[in-house]
Amino acid sequence: MSTLFKKSSPGREGVWPQAPSQDLGELLPEGLLRGAPAGMPSLSELDVVRHFSLLSRKNFGVDSNFYPLGSCTMKYNPKFCEDIAGLPGFARLHPLLPQLPRGDELTQGALEVMYETERWLCEILGMSEFTLHPMAGAHGELTGVLTIAAYHADKGNKKTKIICPDSAHGTNPASAAIAGYEVVSIASKDGIVDPDALAEVLDDEVAAMMMTCPNTLGLFEKNLPKIVEMLRSVDALLYYDGANLNAIMGKMRVGDAGFDVVHVNLHKTFGTPHGGGGPGSGPVGVCEKLVPYLPVSRVVKDPSGRFHLRYDYPKSIGYVAPFYGNFGVVLKAYAYMLRLGREGLIKVSENAVLAANYLRKTLDDVLEVPYDRVCMHEFVASADKQSQKGVRALDIAKALLDKGYHAPTIYFPLIVKECLMFEPTETESKETMDQFVADLRDILALAESDPAAVQAAPVTTPVGRLDETRAARNMEITDDM
Amino acid sequence: MPYVPHTPEDTRAMLGAIGAGSVEELFAEIPLALRPKSFDLPEGLSEMATRQRIEDLAARNSNGMVSFLGAGFYDHYVPSAVDALISRGEFYTAYTPYQPEASQGTLQAIFEYQTAVARLMGMECANASVYDGGTALYEAMMMAVRQTKRVKVIVSETVSPIYRILLDTYTRNLKLTLVTVPQAKGATDFAAMQAALDDATACVVVQNPNFFGCVEDASALFAAAKAKGALAIVSAYPVLQSVLKTPSAMGADIAVAEGQSLGLPLSFGGPYLGIMTSTKPLVRQMPGRIVGRTQDGQGRTGYVLTLQAREQHIRRQKATSNICSNQALCALRSLIHLSLLGEEGLARTARVSMENARYAAKKLTAIKGVELLNGAPFGNEFAITLPRSAQDVCLTLIEKGFVPGFPLGRYYQGMDNALLVCCTEKNSRRDIDILAAWMEDAI
Repeated sequence: MSTLFKKSSPGREGVWPQAPSQDLGELLPEGLLRGAPAGMPSLSELDVVRHFSLLSRKNFGVDSNFYPLGSCTMKYNPKFCEDIAGLPGFARLHPLLPQLPRGDELTQGALEVMYETERWLCEILGMSEFTLHPMAGAHGELTGVLTIAAYHADKGNKKTKIICPDSAHGTNPASAAIAGYEVVSIASKDGIVDPDALAEVLDDEVAAMMMTCPNTLGLFEKNLPKIVEMLRSVDALLYYDGANLNAIMGKMRVGDAGFDVVHVNLHKTFGTPHGGGGPGSGPVGVCEKLVPYLPVSRVVKDPSGRFHLRYDYPKSIGYVAPFYGNFGVVLKAYAYMLRLGREGLIKVSENAVLAANYLRKTLDDVLEVPYDRVCMHEFVASADKQSQKGVRALDIAKALLDKGYHAPTIYFPLIVKECLMFEPTETESKETMDQFVADLRDILALAESDPAAVQAAPVTTPVGRLDETRAARNMEITDDM
Repeated sequence: MPYVPHTPEDTRAMLGAIGAGSVEELFAEIPLALRPKSFDLPEGLSEMATRQRIEDLAARNSNGMVSFLGAGFYDHYVPSAVDALISRGEFYTAYTPYQPEASQGTLQAIFEYQTAVARLMGMECANASVYDGGTALYEAMMMAVRQTKRVKVIVSETVSPIYRILLDTYTRNLKLTLVTVPQAKGATDFAAMQAALDDATACVVVQNPNFFGCVEDASALFAAAKAKGALAIVSAYPVLQSVLKTPSAMGADIAVAEGQSLGLPLSFGGPYLGIMTSTKPLVRQMPGRIVGRTQDGQGRTGYVLTLQAREQHIRRQKATSNICSNQALCALRSLIHLSLLGEEGLARTARVSMENARYAAKKLTAIKGVELLNGAPFGNEFAITLPRSAQDVCLTLIEKGFVPGFPLGRYYQGMDNALLVCCTEKNSRRDIDILAAWMEDAI
């Protein structure tokens, strides 16, 4: 399908505003003006509508396809949350209004949404305070690590290292490095963090350890109390990567369990859409002793019930976002929380874990599950056996696309060979999972009888497997090259 | 419960298959000591009741004010087709396009977005976007630091203070020197920036139009930077970029922008869109996702995420950035918006906004004691000085239902009487006349 730019026809009228009345030269001196047109496309409104409608049909989304993509929590995104984010009372609100004199008064509704969302998150996670400013999960990690750095600096601790298990999301070590820390990786044992491996690298220079629980294998970290104790002995903090929060709401609060800092991915657990890769939102919560270091501004409620933004926190790490984070995403998550309430959130996790275990049990006779015990909201299988015959995890993933499913996450975590990571979420029905497993069985049978057919997949998608080497070599990243 | 489809029979059958007696059994690994000490939350509400609650909150924000507030975040008209198209579930309920065969819609759209924003800046390359304009500026600075292996960054004070405070936070733990060159009556002090250049300088950073609305030409500074082996970075305003001299024509190596003005609602600060473009030699320093064009086995054109060896999921702690996501849906919005307006529509938006700003400047400076802060050419925003505190005048006008602009004293010492006034195509002449009348009263 040709690009917008190729469809352009100079002079064709789109959605033009009124015509200007002065010549450009009357507005600005020639030397400050653009020399040549930018090359934006000229299209009719229908051209544009048709182009993007056709493009949308080349995508798999949760609305149209089962998306058991492990680690990503591709649950259904309620439509009414989208509607609410578009309410003009919020959508048209200028972020600088609170900085005007008595500006807080102009934005009471929005400030209340922020304040209330923070209270919900504090109670769900068991933390003292939250900031909504981080604009994505990885941004939350960076904010969290900067908060940890500020804490140690304030205490006069000389800390240079952050520990990440080998099963960690890639963003964990990257965020620690960006914040100026040396990253120390430790090997897992039986799929979880090994206290002995931790003991080997733990010393006074360790600022923190970053973990997720359940971990990226979908396993509960049984040694958590021991790990907390070990870290506390050297005044190292424990960071919780909230990517896997969907498994434990109402079953465990990370604050109670001894985590000091946490980020939450609102676009995973709280049902806001992934948008084809963003925007997300990654609020950060902290325990009591880290509250002074949270980013500014902070929203507070006065005794009369009015909400205000406060900036005067001398120990704060400063600003991590231009304003208050991805407010539009926060608003959707707030609506989701209000709708589900206490019982609903607990049921989210119960049903996410139920679904993952059901899926695990219905496919573990055909696909090896290396840690085949009760999992949390996701689990990891391995196509190592199939790969001996030439059908790799990648091939199985592509064959699933042909059956109309988005593939599971593959080759992550890095510690399981030929891995496929499944996360069905709580919103998929038993029938959907049953049909999925039946189709997966067909693919695995075909892998035995005709490996080449699986290796040739996908054949029903708009394009087949694409030449990534060619893309990297030619580096054709705009329509002009 | 909403959004969970299982009937009691389904649940029983699933538990049976697992071999568990209850759902609670599945959580047996969580020891009692780690169970929640509290989970004190309200009960859920119906969709209608939730909506009512949130509509009530929306009504508690100031709605219907006439606003001349910009300062980097602009209220432009958004055509209806933008929302109609962005609401297609195939776009917004998709994940990151890691399975390209099932994501050609998102991938081609990002490729087209990269093309559009690169063209707007006159640059050769673009990434798939980062969180916002401030993050884009920080990442641009870090690109320069990596590329030059130098540690000094020279930033003009006329770069948005909202972005400069972000740079402060992010560089606090890094061994970098951030030199801020004071503004000169709202203009960029190019001579002082040039004087600050030395062999340790990684980059110079300016904004055009600058925070005060002045349209400037950094060509001479950029040439001087180049001569010292430093890179040149511009933070731009995409709508006006349709008519202004491009960063590339000035000799910039990296051009970034806040893309909010391209069809995104103000939405109280986000989600926004960090546009990043650069020259070709810098593309490997670019953070975040990049989409490239290629072919499948049958020679059909397709799109993939490319140059992924820069990114955290491959490189972990050695990645160019920790950024994992992009603002895909916001980038798509901006692309649809740009496509609907086209070359002519975007330029008209810029020109009508600038014409309105000139009309407003004329009306306001006709008031006794009100003057332009400087005589520099401006775009759709300009700074004026008032005979009394801009905060006080602002407060009086807000009570009349008008937000007259942004008082500059908050970020610039000695500018307590200065006000930054913005116009877009949405500000009518009638509204400007009323603004001027109220302001005259207030002064």
